[in-house]
Amino acid sequence: MDAMAEIRQTFFEECSEQLAELEAGLLAIENGEADSDTVNAVFRAVHSIKGGAGAFSLDELVHFAHIFETTLDELRSDRLPATDRVIKIMLRSADALADLVSAARDGGKADAEKNAGLADELKALVAEAKGEAPPAAGSGAPSGPEYDDGMGDLDFTPIAVDLDDLLGGVAGDNHFRIVFKPQARMYAKANEATRVLRDVIDLGEATITCHSGEVPLLTSLDPEGAYLTFEIELKTEHDEDKVREVFEFVEFDSELTIERVMAESGPLEFDLDGVDPDIAELLARMKSTEDAAPQEAETQDAGASDDAPAAAAPAEAVAKPAAAAPKPAAKPAAPAKAAAPAEAKAEAGDAKGGPAAGSPSQTIRVDLERVDRLIDLVGELVIHQVMLSQRAYQAGLARASEVAVGLDELEQLTREIQDSVMAIRAQPVKSVFQRLPRLVREVADISGKSVRLVTEGEWTEVDKTVIERLADPLTHMIRNAIDHGVEKPEKRLESGKPEEGTVKVAAMHRSGRIVIEISDDGAGINRKRVKEIAINKGLVPADANLSDDEIDNLIFLPGFSTAEKISELSGRGVGMDVVKRSIQALGGRVSISSRPGKGSTFTMSLPLTLAVLDGMIVSVGQQTVVVPLTAIIETLQPKPGEVKNFGGDARLIQVRDAFLPLVDVGRELGYSYEPASATAGVAILVEAENGARSALLVDAIQGQRQVVIKSLEANYGRVPGIAAATILGDGRVALILDVDAVVATSRVEGNFFNSGMQHAAE
Amino acid sequence: MSRTILTIDDSRTMREMLRATLSTSGFTVVQAEDGRHGIEVLEGMAVEPDVIITDINMPRMDGFQFIEEVRGNPDRRAIPILVLTTESDSEKKQRARLAGATGWIVKPFDPTKLVDAINRVAA
Repeated sequence: MDAMAEIRQTFFEECSEQLAELEAGLLAIENGEADSDTVNAVFRAVHSIKGGAGAFSLDELVHFAHIFETTLDELRSDRLPATDRVIKIMLRSADALADLVSAARDGGKADAEKNAGLADELKALVAEAKGEAPPAAGSGAPSGPEYDDGMGDLDFTPIAVDLDDLLGGVAGDNHFRIVFKPQARMYAKANEATRVLRDVIDLGEATITCHSGEVPLLTSLDPEGAYLTFEIELKTEHDEDKVREVFEFVEFDSELTIERVMAESGPLEFDLDGVDPDIAELLARMKSTEDAAPQEAETQDAGASDDAPAAAAPAEAVAKPAAAAPKPAAKPAAPAKAAAPAEAKAEAGDAKGGPAAGSPSQTIRVDLERVDRLIDLVGELVIHQVMLSQRAYQAGLARASEVAVGLDELEQLTREIQDSVMAIRAQPVKSVFQRLPRLVREVADISGKSVRLVTEGEWTEVDKTVIERLADPLTHMIRNAIDHGVEKPEKRLESGKPEEGTVKVAAMHRSGRIVIEISDDGAGINRKRVKEIAINKGLVPADANLSDDEIDNLIFLPGFSTAEKISELSGRGVGMDVVKRSIQALGGRVSISSRPGKGSTFTMSLPLTLAVLDGMIVSVGQQTVVVPLTAIIETLQPKPGEVKNFGGDARLIQVRDAFLPLVDVGRELGYSYEPASATAGVAILVEAENGARSALLVDAIQGQRQVVIKSLEANYGRVPGIAAATILGDGRVALILDVDAVVATSRVEGNFFNSGMQHAAE
Repeated sequence: MSRTILTIDDSRTMREMLRATLSTSGFTVVQAEDGRHGIEVLEGMAVEPDVIITDINMPRMDGFQFIEEVRGNPDRRAIPILVLTTESDSEKKQRARLAGATGWIVKPFDPTKLVDAINRVAA
């Protein structure tokens, strides 16, 4: 059963690929970029899903896929024009198909009512293409394993009627006379009379006569011709269907007659006792007719059976058994059992010697753990390479020496290996982007807007983990763009814009990071309203003097929501602040720019990988600490007048016209008890997840470097205020600061009312 | 001696399913992903397969074209070819037959039916 489970998993994997292909194809058709290959691929995608689903008896899925496929077939054969309306229905059907696949995979339930509705729409399209009246609604409801046989609405169970019961035939005692004359074209299709005859013999007791009268003289014999006729007398317990099945593959390429021979037991005898009097009388009359007209039967060729229409053929056989064979042949002297023509095909050689199928596949599947292990090792390699270089030079190695040149080459190579290994984890953002069209359709549908999605740079690559965690914030930003950005069609027309709004999602690489822009051509941020709300909610002082840019960025504040009524889409208790936080958690940043009446653009920038980090290396106490560059806004040298004591040890620093809390990193991490001198150190302005700015006070800045992240939790344990560790070029371990945690604890412990006392007590 | 079956299907699911069913029944299975690939694999085989099972709807080269191409080679007339059709679509059966298919298997296939069909056409 394990193998089945594996195949099932393959099936669902393949479904996802097919669904992606389906959607991409339909979108290409919608944009008029499709050729017949695209249409065929779309058709095949649905066809394949149906095929696999059939194998797993996923009836609902098969049913819907079948209707969908039928409609796509009309599209494929150009009977159905690919109008916007048609493609829209198909896109929605593709979504429904995806839901059905998910339901089948996860054991959930798809929206049967919606799917039935869609099935009706699809059927209507087929009817349209065929120029028929659309079928009645409701016929699209799943109706079991039979698909579209036109009898879905009829409610009856057919009753099998077997003539054998009437005429006294007994199973196990069926007698067939078969005349089988293969034609040359049958052999051309690799069918063999021998094999067919072998199967016939398997059915029961067969007497096979081979008539070779048509075989010409050798000089005029066509080696690929067919000259033999086989006459078979078969006694079997199987019924005629089973016998016909043996000839299933050859019946069109041969002359074939299969006749049922009645047992030669003389005239029919009925036992009339205990039979309903009416039927008894009827049967008696039949019998007497038969008795009374034997001559007639001879002359009129089975005339008797005319009175018993249900049994025409068998009755004929009873009346004139000899005449039943179309080719009365002289009685063969010795019926040859399966007289076979020469074996046409020698046994093929041992297959084990044959080559394995060469797979053209250009990809391999690798367990992610192996890749991560490799990345880890390469990280170590980089560290050791740097250490080796540093020690060599410290030991007085001349820069021009051959060893030094070798070390330089080693460094180059190591970096290249690191980049290549990182590239293994990199994937195009396509996997996230391809989910967006559906999202846009759904959101647009619910909010009653007409929106077109444009994507760019879907082949831009980024680390797999980043991709996975990108989906949620991206989804939310797109919802937001459609729900709050794009106006309703009427309003757009009023303001002279096209009825259909556009949301554009573009990915690009920019200075070692990936940048994703989500822009809409909607109304832009209503700054007056945003400011009002922020003031009403107490997020900014009523008299705050804010720049346009600052107002726009207010929407990222926690607790901010501009939606006047909570809509189905955005009102999920998740605001842009959560989006911002999840992006920051990835080491990313997000910003907005907006032009009233023209639209807004959200820009998020993310690191290409989570395995390395751009950090600022700083000294704190006697230690070296790495501050993630993404959190840093600017650095400055505090001047004596700018730092204010604020009770206890709490200090504030004046940065232009704002006062920010000054966080003494050395004390927070427990490196020193004495407050560091502000003027002797450096203040690093950081922005925490919640958007609050603080200044971190450190002793000095050593430099900026890309560091390989090593999990501290996995190797040691959780340390408050520390996010992870890294190994520096000189082999020292440095801790990577968890900026948010440090700022947050400083606020709790070192808040303005009780500060230093607690520290001293610790 | 185990008999060799060449299966051609663009669906990974179907390929795995065929492989599982056929290898359980003692056949050696060689696979291809579409008609064109099927021809390539066939060309590369030292010994012709005992039976070919092919799907119809495939990219690059569909099942009909594949059968015609195989039958176009006189040496390959005797290889039995079974066609996989999703439903008992008589039009497809007819076309496959005209192209030179030996027989057909209706999907979703019952493992015993599949093996029966192979035994029916295989030497």
